[in-house]
Amino acid sequence: MLLRHTPKDSIERKALTINPAKTCQPIGAMYAALGIHGCLPHSHGSQGCCSYHRSTLTRHYKEPIMAATSSFTEGASVFGGQANLLQAITNIFEIYEPEIIAIHSTCLSETIGDDLNQIIQKASDDGKIPLGKHVIYANTPSYVGSHVTGYANMLKGIIRYFPEATEKKTDFINLISGWVEPSDMKEMKRLAKMMGAKTIMFPDTSDVVETSLDGDYKMYPKGGTTISELIASGNSKKSIGIGTWATKEAAIALENKCKVPFALTDVPIGLQATDRFIQAVAKAAEISIPDSITNERGKLVDVIADMHQYLYGKRVALWGDPDQLIPLVEFLVDLDMKPVYIVTGTPGKLFEQKMKEILSEKVPEAKYKAGEGADMFMMHQWIKNEPVDLLIGNTYGKYISRDENIPFLRMGFPILDRIGHSYFPTVGYMGGLRILEKILGLFMDKQDAESPETSFELVM
Amino acid sequence: MAKKTTKTSSPVLPDPTEIIEEILAKYPNKVAKKRSKSIVINDPEEKSEVQANVRTIPGIITQRGCCYAGCKGVVLGPTRDIVNITHGPIGCGFYSWLTRRNQTDPGPEGENYMPYCFSTDMQDSNIVFGGEKKLAQAIREAYQIFNPHAIAIFSTCPIGLIGDDVHSVAKEMKAELGINVFGFSCEGYKGVSQSAGHHIANNKIFSNVVGLDDTIRDGKYRVNLLGEYNIGGDAFVLEKYFEELGINLVATYSGNSSIHDFENSHTVDLNMVMCHRSINYIAEMMEIKYGVPWFKVNFIGAEATAKSLRKIAEYFEDEEMKAKVEEIIAREMLEVEKALKEVKPKTEGKLAMMFVGGSRAHHYQELFTEMGMETVSAGYEFAHRDDYEGRHVLPNLKVDADSRNIEELDVQKDEAKYRQELADKKAGLVEKGYTFSDYDGMMPEMKKNALVIDDISHWEAEKIIEFYKPAIFCAGIKEKYVIQKYGVPLKQLHSYDYGGPYAGFKGAINFYNEISRMVSATIWSKLKAPWKNEPVLVGKFADAPY
Repeated sequence: MLLRHTPKDSIERKALTINPAKTCQPIGAMYAALGIHGCLPHSHGSQGCCSYHRSTLTRHYKEPIMAATSSFTEGASVFGGQANLLQAITNIFEIYEPEIIAIHSTCLSETIGDDLNQIIQKASDDGKIPLGKHVIYANTPSYVGSHVTGYANMLKGIIRYFPEATEKKTDFINLISGWVEPSDMKEMKRLAKMMGAKTIMFPDTSDVVETSLDGDYKMYPKGGTTISELIASGNSKKSIGIGTWATKEAAIALENKCKVPFALTDVPIGLQATDRFIQAVAKAAEISIPDSITNERGKLVDVIADMHQYLYGKRVALWGDPDQLIPLVEFLVDLDMKPVYIVTGTPGKLFEQKMKEILSEKVPEAKYKAGEGADMFMMHQWIKNEPVDLLIGNTYGKYISRDENIPFLRMGFPILDRIGHSYFPTVGYMGGLRILEKILGLFMDKQDAESPETSFELVM
Repeated sequence: MAKKTTKTSSPVLPDPTEIIEEILAKYPNKVAKKRSKSIVINDPEEKSEVQANVRTIPGIITQRGCCYAGCKGVVLGPTRDIVNITHGPIGCGFYSWLTRRNQTDPGPEGENYMPYCFSTDMQDSNIVFGGEKKLAQAIREAYQIFNPHAIAIFSTCPIGLIGDDVHSVAKEMKAELGINVFGFSCEGYKGVSQSAGHHIANNKIFSNVVGLDDTIRDGKYRVNLLGEYNIGGDAFVLEKYFEELGINLVATYSGNSSIHDFENSHTVDLNMVMCHRSINYIAEMMEIKYGVPWFKVNFIGAEATAKSLRKIAEYFEDEEMKAKVEEIIAREMLEVEKALKEVKPKTEGKLAMMFVGGSRAHHYQELFTEMGMETVSAGYEFAHRDDYEGRHVLPNLKVDADSRNIEELDVQKDEAKYRQELADKKAGLVEKGYTFSDYDGMMPEMKKNALVIDDISHWEAEKIIEFYKPAIFCAGIKEKYVIQKYGVPLKQLHSYDYGGPYAGFKGAINFYNEISRMVSATIWSKLKAPWKNEPVLVGKFADAPY
């Protein structure tokens, strides 16, 4: 047994987190910044932060993840990191030539009270920012929120800097993407395009963290939202924030800054969340929903109906981020599965409220928890008391899966031991189909492996 | 683009002066001045000096991590029966959770906390009001749930700044719970790289763990292996050799390791040091306090393994062991030679470069040499000058502000436990020309004109790839896919790309096969789409109106 010390009986823990279902803010800020074309993320703190974030993102994407660091030493920690950051800005523009540097803070620079805005102003006053180049920032103290908060904060940083409102509104709509895979961003753009909507998506990590190999390394790949798109987003007629935790504050900031009204919708995972996404796009862009979309929807419905017997009543444990978990749990309920245990380390009262709405009628036995103390260790103890049929979450679930012999669907961040998430979406109706295909494959492989010879099935 | 291309080795390596100039030309003056001292053309005759273990310049894209990573991740992480609690916000604990491939074998019932991540998950209120109470409570909870033999605390950046005293909390908890509890002040900003964390880890393990158990274990000979982290099962390979030689391997620092072994590790007759950088401190301190001599070994490479095994048998002056060593070498070399014969047609004459760690960039050159490959450029990520130039430079090393902050323990001879007989044995062997406390470093073994780069940056890596066009580049995960986009395969020497073991004879064979696979993979010849070479005419045809 790998997790051999996890007892069935739990004690109340007030201080010790074991096997967290979250990580810290800066990695989210780094990921969001990668979704801007020509942008080099910069970590204002110790080298280790930048190294850990780059390593984790690299393992998740199997792609180059570039970012720089202020390389704090003890001196900088005592006297402040201004000198380090000014030097870094000069060096980065000179050596690595990005269009934008996106700086995020760390627990170190936040604790000592470095004022990023003031330091960047000084860099600008001292002529350290070349003409036409940009430095944006986000405050991402690691001891507040989670990696999702960091992503949200970097989006706010982008909004604070780029969008401009001029007299002339365009008929574009902004798709403010929550923390999803590049494949998902691509899929959401495809759906919007299919509907005839003109969109600006930001951030957009497609073609940034899943690039081609042709013998030429490009430090700034062709993907990512461009500066002109970001500026123009201030003239769009509406924004759609996709995922409350990741995008709400950015959507509000854009409304306040450029009077672009916004709507929030869930990350389109599963049937109903995709329905709402499609409707949100149609409403914002003031267009009708084409039959091709309805047709895609119908295919997902068809497969659910066909395969319902394998899904009905199956108990599921999930961990991850609220923006994914909410629509995913809703989808599982639509499949008549039973999402019984759900944890997220990302705080937010809205999570428990949403879970209650989705689960109270159909899965009243469900246990869920968000924020500090909501960790995978607790979830594992729940499982030990009453097992589940399926696990859905990031790679760290493989230890529970192996110990308890429970099929395991990898979704979320990080996925360190499988590929596919960069290329094949889990959003939209086709993404729903992929989730179904994977779940069914897991159940059926288990049945094939474990069923007695007498009841071994050819057709399923 | 590259001004020169060198695809195979030649008796004389190309002079890289030109590419150094190109690299430095891109840098702002201050950066160029500083970096120029860390980029050195090797000359084994001249004994060139390389700048190392100095601050990375802010903004430079570096391979390096932090002090915490070196302490918690590297040295303490691989020990299965300590509950390692990260005191700080959640990230540091999360990123160091199972991400190094230190294999461990606790047996069916043994303690193993390595698959767990323990953190105090500090929130803003803890930063404002202090986190000592939360830490104490976290330790209590860990004790209540797991009842471990020992609990260690690792400080992250904010801890030192807000003034949490992890050592006094450790002391209190030790008294309250009656188990060993110790803390590490390994805040990420300390020192200039992981290296500071190694030193801090060595100090604390030495002062709070080593020497707690004086039991003399079985076996005619007892040794420790220091600086072997059991990545991909390397230590498992080596353990078998010691078993065959009748040597009781008491402790491995730190791979497949147990705190019980550390507590007893001062009772050995010899310390063998694999990774000099990360662990030489314990070897030195153990010699001063307990009289245990140490010497450097290297089990990366078949020849190096043979050499190290012979050295051990000579140390024990045991004819039976010497004969056994020769038997093992003869037996294993048969397989090694067979493997080499198979891979050499694919590897011979090809160029390799490696930038990693604090000893691997040196050790792995052995394996490439055995395959007939040439290491044209190498450097460490966090080593010091002695790892490049040899320990003879130690008295001349400048202690700068960043190193001065890392405590040097004042270790005294333990009159009761000091092993005079080992000291005498050492003196006798020294007279016969046997060397102890030795490490010659990487540079004396590299060819003239080989390019040595300490703490290589992304820009420098990019330029030397253009210049040398190596067949393989060795580094870590952050570099892996960058380098491969150039069409050059990258072998990870931290994680072994989830392969291995690469230590010992069996490991060498694994490595030969792996490198042979990598340098001859079909896909590297298929990077360009076939139509990219077709005549322009095709394009015009496609544009024609229909």
